[in-house]
Amino acid sequence: MNVLSFVQAFFSDSAHWQGYDGIPSRLLEHVQYSLLALAIAAAIGLPVGLLTGHTGRGGNAIAVVANAARALPSFGLLVLAVLLIGFGLLPVMIPLVVLAVPPVLVTTYEAVRAVDPAPVDAARGMGMRESRVLFRVEVPVALPLILSGLRTAALQIVSTATIAAYVSLGGLGRYIIDGLYQRNYEKVVGGATLVAVLSLITLALFWGVGRLVVSPGVRRR
Amino acid sequence: MIRIDSVTKRYPDGTVAVDRLSLEIPDRSITVLVGPSGCGKTTTLRMINRMVEPTEGRILLDGEDVQRRPVTALRRGMGYVIQNAGLFQHRTIADNIATVPRMLGWGKQRARERAAELMERVGLDASLAKRYPYQLSGGQQQRVGVARALAADPPVLLMDEPFSAVDPVVRKGLQDELLRIQDELGKTIVFVTHDIDEAIKLGTMVAVLREGGRLAQYAPPAELLSDPADAFVEDFLGADRGIRRLSFFASDALELTTDPVVPADAPAERLTAAGAPYLLVTDADGRPLGWRERGSTGGTERLLPYGRPFRPGTDSLRAALDCAVLSPTGWAVAVDADGRVTGVVSQQTIGEAIRSAHTAAGAHSAPARGEDEKVAG
Repeated sequence: MNVLSFVQAFFSDSAHWQGYDGIPSRLLEHVQYSLLALAIAAAIGLPVGLLTGHTGRGGNAIAVVANAARALPSFGLLVLAVLLIGFGLLPVMIPLVVLAVPPVLVTTYEAVRAVDPAPVDAARGMGMRESRVLFRVEVPVALPLILSGLRTAALQIVSTATIAAYVSLGGLGRYIIDGLYQRNYEKVVGGATLVAVLSLITLALFWGVGRLVVSPGVRRR
Repeated sequence: MIRIDSVTKRYPDGTVAVDRLSLEIPDRSITVLVGPSGCGKTTTLRMINRMVEPTEGRILLDGEDVQRRPVTALRRGMGYVIQNAGLFQHRTIADNIATVPRMLGWGKQRARERAAELMERVGLDASLAKRYPYQLSGGQQQRVGVARALAADPPVLLMDEPFSAVDPVVRKGLQDELLRIQDELGKTIVFVTHDIDEAIKLGTMVAVLREGGRLAQYAPPAELLSDPADAFVEDFLGADRGIRRLSFFASDALELTTDPVVPADAPAERLTAAGAPYLLVTDADGRPLGWRERGSTGGTERLLPYGRPFRPGTDSLRAALDCAVLSPTGWAVAVDADGRVTGVVSQQTIGEAIRSAHTAAGAHSAPARGEDEKVAG
């Protein structure tokens, strides 16, 4: 049997479409974990990135923290968190957030730093307050890059959230882990396909959001 | 009036950008700060709207120390134009111009009307209102920058090398436009440039600064050209300041003669009989065709070039002299607004006019210079 027939078999089995282990409920769980992790990562990475980018201070500290966080293996972190905290959602969120903060933080910092200094100078010279300079002048121009950082983070979270199943939570990782355990490769391939599709949907969503919130003057078309 | 009162800017590393500078900047005129890079001209400008804070000394705006004004209110009362315009690329042209009015709490409709009014004033087509900055040329962007600075009708305009990044043709257009706008609005403009020609063209008063932020001379441009304070100013003004000074002398006092002017269809004896060595041949409308050497014959294609004609009253003695020098005959051609010949004048006559203009200017400017020295010192 080749991969395509696995995929076909998995998705055409009506048993996979209902119940607590059905595709809709596993997909929903996976989306929930991912959104929660992205929200926490953004809540940490965006304000810190905006502030350091605007003031230009703390760039080195950001690089150090981001590199250290990137070096941590997600799976090891998960096992450690479970040993320390026990089972639950929190130990799953820790590796996902640690994974997602660096791209959000570093790209946001770089995006704000890269804004042309001339309009910023003009804005100050017109009497804009600093918060207004940041949110009305720098952020709108930095937005495409900031979104790309969030997108990278979201894609990494979507694919890594499969590890939640290792600690007996749900999500699409269930199919992969259970399938491996049961030697049910149809299930493994089906789960992996669903993760890949969800990643593509995430990409499409970010593209759509970019079209909506980035000014045509910045997109240049 | 803006008064800069022995202001010094010293940076923590010990660099002195501005050194005990004192200047009185008159209302409703253009004051130019000019000098080589590192002379502190931009720092001086930025101390007026407190983008840079002085280490010592005070800057007074209408008698009040700018330090005592809230910084945002101070800046909203001063237009600020910078090199490359610094437009907000995510906002349309109209929204860029309406920035300060919107910050001051104007309604959308009123701000939009004001933006449209200003676009017209700075010579921008109304169809550009909905465009974004990247869709405009450098010159157009700079016009938007000026319009944005004028939006809330501030009495003071600070301009930091606004025209340095555009090509010479566009720059000349922007300079002419600024002079026209200034005629209409009468703002107090402080203008920074490193280009002495720009300073002389635009300035009512010109402050020449030298390295280390010290004032070399503060004078009207004509006086700068006639009486540079020292070797530094003289050197900075460049080689042909005598010629450039002629820009400040009107050409309307030149005595024109129409004796050598003949239409192309004049009878043959007129073409040969006149006293001058050359005859200016005109077409049926009175526009110049070229010079004919006395005694020569033949068609209009054999005529000598007449250079670039000048318009008495509008053009300066410099333009008249240039015209005379350009023509191999040594005569300048004067025309009216429609390009019709009103007369011709020889190099000798122009030379006499220059000499008498110098005499008049010398008698006139001596007491004024004394006053300026007091101000600058």
